[in-house]
Amino acid sequence: MSKSLLIISRQAPWSGPGAKEALDIVLAGGAFDLPIGLLFLDDGIFQLLANQNAAAIEQKNLSANLQALTMFGVDDLYACNHSLSERGITPAGLAVADVQSLSTEEVRALIDRYDQVITL
Amino acid sequence: MKFAIALYSAAHAPSSRRALRFAEAALASGHEIVRLFFYQDGVHSASSNIVTPQDEQDIAQQWATFVSQHQLDGVVCIAAALRRGVLNEDEAARYQRPGVNLKAPWELSGLGQLHDAIQTADRLICFGGP
Repeated sequence: MSKSLLIISRQAPWSGPGAKEALDIVLAGGAFDLPIGLLFLDDGIFQLLANQNAAAIEQKNLSANLQALTMFGVDDLYACNHSLSERGITPAGLAVADVQSLSTEEVRALIDRYDQVITL
Repeated sequence: MKFAIALYSAAHAPSSRRALRFAEAALASGHEIVRLFFYQDGVHSASSNIVTPQDEQDIAQQWATFVSQHQLDGVVCIAAALRRGVLNEDEAARYQRPGVNLKAPWELSGLGQLHDAIQTADRLICFGGP
């Protein structure tokens, strides 16, 4: 049986290539049919916001890559509730459907459930 | 135990030195390293163009020596490396760039190598990152 991997994505989409590079690990894992989860934590939450204008800072929009997750078979998407409320964002304001928002307790249990964890 | 080691920081970062010392200690204790995978700014830790002052540790050089000596599988992510100007001879020729700063024992390859290492290893140990 394949080992499960949780990616914890902590970078805002405009902070550099970090957010995209974390997502690339997830998409590559999905392409290999591996059991992958993706948790948005801290500033990583900002990747999930709707109506982002990446062109204004001459960047590519990450949203399309996020929408591709389910196509790559990655359905286990999570957002940390505490990170959301710290930034005044409600789960309803997220652009990506089917992101489960988790309490701090649940985040702890989630990390425990995966065989391996990468934080970027 | 079989370790996979991922590094996300450049040679001048403390975490690159810590990763190297961890890797040395792992082998010295009889463990196995299935692969080293350098990602994000970790690609700079494999650069052969780093020059450190004489009274400082040359961690990039130490990494290369360590990998050669123990014939380890040292993989540098190709997408992350291209973005940061870390090129081997093939890539420098392909993109018509004047400088080559990645040589043996390092190999450029894709993220599949990271996933493969994770599946093979008992533990993935990561260094650097946010």
